[in-house]
Amino acid sequence: MKKDYDHVVRMENIHKHFGKVVALKGVNFEVGGNEVIGLIGDNGAGKSTMVKILTGVYAPTYGKMYIRDEEVDFRQYSVQAAHRYGIETVYQERSLGEKQPLWRNFFVGRQITNRLGFINTRKEKEVSQHIMLDLIGFRGAGITVESRVRVLSGGERQGIAIGRAMHFDADLIVLDEPTVALSLKEIRKVLNFIQKIKNSNRSCVYISHTISHVYEVSDRFVVIDRGEIVANIKKADVSLQDLDDFLLKYATGKETGA
Amino acid sequence: MAKTELRSVKTGFSRVEALPIIIVYAALIGTFMITAPGTFLKPRIYQAFLSTIPPPLILALGLTLIVTAGEIDLSFPAIITFSGFVYAFLFSRTGMTWIPFILAIASGIVVGFVNGILVAKVGMPSIIATLGAQFFWSGLTVILSGGLAWNIRAIREEFIHKFFTARLGGYFPAQALWAFAVAVILWFILNRHRFGEHTLFIGDNMSVAQVMGVNVQRMKIKLFTLMGGLSAFAAILLTLEMSTYWTTQGSGYLLIVMASVFIGGTSIFGGEGTIAGTVFGAFIVGSIEAGIVASGLGGFWTRLVVGLVLIIAVSLNIFITKRGSGEANIRKSVFIKGLRKEASEDE
Repeated sequence: MKKDYDHVVRMENIHKHFGKVVALKGVNFEVGGNEVIGLIGDNGAGKSTMVKILTGVYAPTYGKMYIRDEEVDFRQYSVQAAHRYGIETVYQERSLGEKQPLWRNFFVGRQITNRLGFINTRKEKEVSQHIMLDLIGFRGAGITVESRVRVLSGGERQGIAIGRAMHFDADLIVLDEPTVALSLKEIRKVLNFIQKIKNSNRSCVYISHTISHVYEVSDRFVVIDRGEIVANIKKADVSLQDLDDFLLKYATGKETGA
Repeated sequence: MAKTELRSVKTGFSRVEALPIIIVYAALIGTFMITAPGTFLKPRIYQAFLSTIPPPLILALGLTLIVTAGEIDLSFPAIITFSGFVYAFLFSRTGMTWIPFILAIASGIVVGFVNGILVAKVGMPSIIATLGAQFFWSGLTVILSGGLAWNIRAIREEFIHKFFTARLGGYFPAQALWAFAVAVILWFILNRHRFGEHTLFIGDNMSVAQVMGVNVQRMKIKLFTLMGGLSAFAAILLTLEMSTYWTTQGSGYLLIVMASVFIGGTSIFGGEGTIAGTVFGAFIVGSIEAGIVASGLGGFWTRLVVGLVLIIAVSLNIFITKRGSGEANIRKSVFIKGLRKEASEDE
C-alpha cells in the first residue's frame, strides 16, 4: 500500500505554556509512513504534553502541526477530530473503563448508533468479537466481549486498546508508556502488538523508559529534554549500547551541568 | 474452537438486572403479608403505594444517572418546593394549567443547569454545589411564597389533574404509569444510548472518558439539567396529587431518595448504575412505613428498618456481584488451568 504523503504527522515549532510553566519550547517532530518512533525523555521532559497535543487533548500555545502534510486548524482539533484523522492513543492506564464490558470499551466515543443515538449493541458485540479474535488474536481464557476490563491482566488491557486502535484504521498509534507495571511476559505481548502495528503498514510513536524495549521495536529515536528535542537518531546509526551510553551521559551530564 | 472459548461465562440467573434487590423486595412484602395480612393481602395498600411513591421514584431515577456519573445531587428537595411553588402560584394567579406546567418544568431545568455549570465549569464538587443550591432555592421559595401554603383545589376540575393523577379504571393511579414511563426511558438511555454509555464512562474514569472523546463538562451539565427537569416533573405530580402547595414539600425526600438509589444497587463510586434496582429500591423504602405501622410496631420503627434494609441490601449486592455472577472466579480458574497447561507444554 503506497502512502500518498511524506509524513503522517509533523509538528513545527510547537510551544506549550501552562501559566508560567513552559512545557514545550519549539518542538519539531515528524513521523513518516509505516515508521515506529521511540520517544525518549525523563519524567516532566514534555513527552506527555507532546502526545496530548498530537492527539487533540490540548491545543498548543502556538506552533503548527500537519497531518498527512495538511495544516491542522487547532480551533477545530479535538480527540474526535484526531480519531477521524486516524490518530489513536493507548495510554498507560487511561485507555479503558474498568467496570465496563469490553464491547463498550471498544466503541465508547464512536458508538454504532441509529439516528436517535441508540446503540446497536448486537452489531457492536459482533465487531468486538472480530477485533478480539482476528485483529489481536486473543486466545484469552474465559474472556468474552461481555467481560469487564477489571478481570483482564495488564498486557491484555493494552492488547484491547491496541486492537481498538487498529480496528478504527489508525494510521498512527501512539503508545504512552504501555508497559509500566507489567510483568516481563506481559511486556512481551505488548511488544508483539507493536510488531503487528508495524506489519499492518501503520505508524507508531512508542514512549517508554525501558531503552532496550524502545530499541527493539523502533526505527528511529527522538530524545526530548526540558521541552526541547535534543537528539534524533536512526536505528541503523546506533547500537543499543551506544544509545544507552548516550542517554546515560546525557542524564549525568545534565546533573553536573546544572 | 476460538468461538467456543469466547462464549459468555455468565449464567442466565445472574443476568436478571437487580436480582438481589428484587429478592429483598419480595421478602419484605412477604413478611408484611404475614405480619399484617389485613392490610397487605388487600389491594388498597398497593393503590396507596402507587400514588405516593411516583414522585420520590422519579427523583431516584434521575439521581441514579447522577450517581452513575460519579456525582451527587442534594438540591432536588429544593426543586420540589421551588417548581411546585412556580406551578401553584401561576395556576392560582392565571387559572391556566399547561403554561404553568411548562414554566415549572423550565424552572427545574434552570436550577439543574446552574448546578451543572457550578460543577462542570466552575469546578465545584457536586456535593457542595448542590448543598448550596438546596439552601438557596428553598430559601428563595420561602421568601417568594411568604412561607404560606397555597390551596389549589380548583385544579381537581382541570384536565391536567386527570392527565397526570387520575385513577385509571377507578383504581390505578396515573402517576405510577408516568413514573414507569420515565423508568423505561431512562433504562434505555442508560443501557442502550450513547448518553448513558458516556455517563457510565465518566463515572468509571473521567480521564478515560476524556481521552476517548467524551465531552465530560457538557455531559455533566446535561446530567444535572436532566435531573432538574425530572425533579420539577416530580414536583408537579406531587402538587397535583395533593392539590395543595406547601413550602416544606419535598423536605423529607432527601434521605429516602438517596436510600432508594443505594438500596437499588447503584454504586456510590460511579460507573455502575441500575434503573431496575432503583425502581425496587424506591418501592422498598416507600413500603416500609406502611408495613411497619400496619404490623402494629408504630411509626417510630420506620427509620430503624430503613437503615437495616439499606445495610442488608447493599451487603447482599456486594456479596452477589463478588461471588454470584462468578465472572472473576471463573476467569481465575480458567486462567490458572491455562497456566498449568502452558507449564506442562513447556516441560
